[in-house]
Amino acid sequence: MLTWLGRQTLCAVTEIGDFSLFTAKSFCCVAKTKGLAKRVARAVHEQGTVCLPVILIVGVFTGLVLGLQGYHVLSRFGSQGLLGTLVSLSLVREMAPVLAALMLIGQAGSAFAAELGIQRNTEQIVALETMGVNSLGYLVTPRLLAALVVFPIQTALFVILGICGGGLSGSLLLGVDSGVYWSAVHRAVEAGDLSQCFIKSAIFGLLAMSTCAYQGFHADRNSSAIGARAVSACTTRAVVLSSILVLVADYMISSFFV
Amino acid sequence: MQSSPHPVALHVEDLHKSFHGKSVLKGVNLQVPRGSVFTVLGPSGAGKSVFLKCLANILKADAGRVSFEGRELSPYDSMTQDGFRRRCSFLFQSNALFDSLTALENVALPLEQTTDLGKAEIRNRSRAALSQLEMEDFTGHYPAELSGGMQKRLALARAIVTRPELVLFDEPTAGLDPLRRNAVFAMIAKYQRQFHFTALIVTHDVPEALAASDHVALLYDGRIGFEGTPAEFSASRDPVVCLFRDSAQALSDSLAEIRRSNPMPQTL
Repeated sequence: MLTWLGRQTLCAVTEIGDFSLFTAKSFCCVAKTKGLAKRVARAVHEQGTVCLPVILIVGVFTGLVLGLQGYHVLSRFGSQGLLGTLVSLSLVREMAPVLAALMLIGQAGSAFAAELGIQRNTEQIVALETMGVNSLGYLVTPRLLAALVVFPIQTALFVILGICGGGLSGSLLLGVDSGVYWSAVHRAVEAGDLSQCFIKSAIFGLLAMSTCAYQGFHADRNSSAIGARAVSACTTRAVVLSSILVLVADYMISSFFV
Repeated sequence: MQSSPHPVALHVEDLHKSFHGKSVLKGVNLQVPRGSVFTVLGPSGAGKSVFLKCLANILKADAGRVSFEGRELSPYDSMTQDGFRRRCSFLFQSNALFDSLTALENVALPLEQTTDLGKAEIRNRSRAALSQLEMEDFTGHYPAELSGGMQKRLALARAIVTRPELVLFDEPTAGLDPLRRNAVFAMIAKYQRQFHFTALIVTHDVPEALAASDHVALLYDGRIGFEGTPAEFSASRDPVVCLFRDSAQALSDSLAEIRRSNPMPQTL
């Protein structure tokens, strides 16, 4: 039992160290990679356009549900006028960064891990290295930099649509005065809340995409699965691990800010 | 005064590699003359691809020394490895083409990423490499839209576009029919003469390799069992060489024996 525990701990520590080194190396490639700006722009476009419809739909419906549930809870205390405060702060501080990150992991992160897994399987990554091309700089760095831009933008969109959704269900469907709702939103959200929201989303973006990149890039390391199964296994691991990491990081960042 | 080029392009000494305790390379020694077409023959599973990947540092050898143009390549010295990679190309058995890039983009990629050439120069050189391999009409095609032979030519175009001094070919004719096998070996010989690179090929296609190579070696049981010219290989009475070289004749003899001992039933 002790041997097993020790082995697992060693494995975990090695993996964390390797992952940290992988992420650090990917950022160190920024200065050395040629045509980086073009590849970052392409990655921003890919991540942004692929995920936009999902972010729009989930943002609106999250706001609608928050407005609906919030109204019924607040009406027990006769505080329906605080609906705007509840919806906006819930979204800005917690829900938008976390839900947007989870949506982006499901869409862009999984696609990235699978793409790298296939490239590893078909020797495309080895081919880059034999040509003297830095595979991390060429394949990973642009996506990580793009995530630092895309995650906050998508989170901002999520917040705007969520607040609009909350207003829609609160004022149009449940009868809260729209002026009261929007003034509560205006009064509730402060600059600190917004900065917390964007810092969280940027950190989530970095964590999620580097986890997905790490899993895809090392798809051949898992000896229990090879070929197509290795790609599916690395994609599953990427989505599960990055989702867990986002939630853990959310707790840690929130406890720092609160 | 300019120093004369080293006569030996690649010098391999006592190369060892094992996987999970199973020894694949048991001390390979080889000298590849500069500007030659050198073929390493061997049966499937003899470790030919492992040998080539150890040379290209895709796999780390357990022991042994590899020198390129007289300079030792340490697998852990990134500076010398980077220098080697700029002067060497690797043609993968699977071609390893970038499936999301067009033929032209595939060929241009090593120039874009490893040289300081301008866009126009890169485009011209990439188009010229494709044109030399009769691929000029397929510049906008993706690898999946090309036939097996065309993919091989595209991979060769990508390998030679950087004007390397050494090209490593890993089973360049794997999965091709005899006509295409001949065409690939002819293509390698033609472009080796045109671009004057040293070609190191690993294959198990004996007749084609003997016709196209200046030197051949036989990798057997993890070691070089024979090294010499194609003529010496053909004339060799070494039992291992005979076994490998005359395998087609041996198969024919076995089949004749089977036919003699089990005659086909007469049809009604």
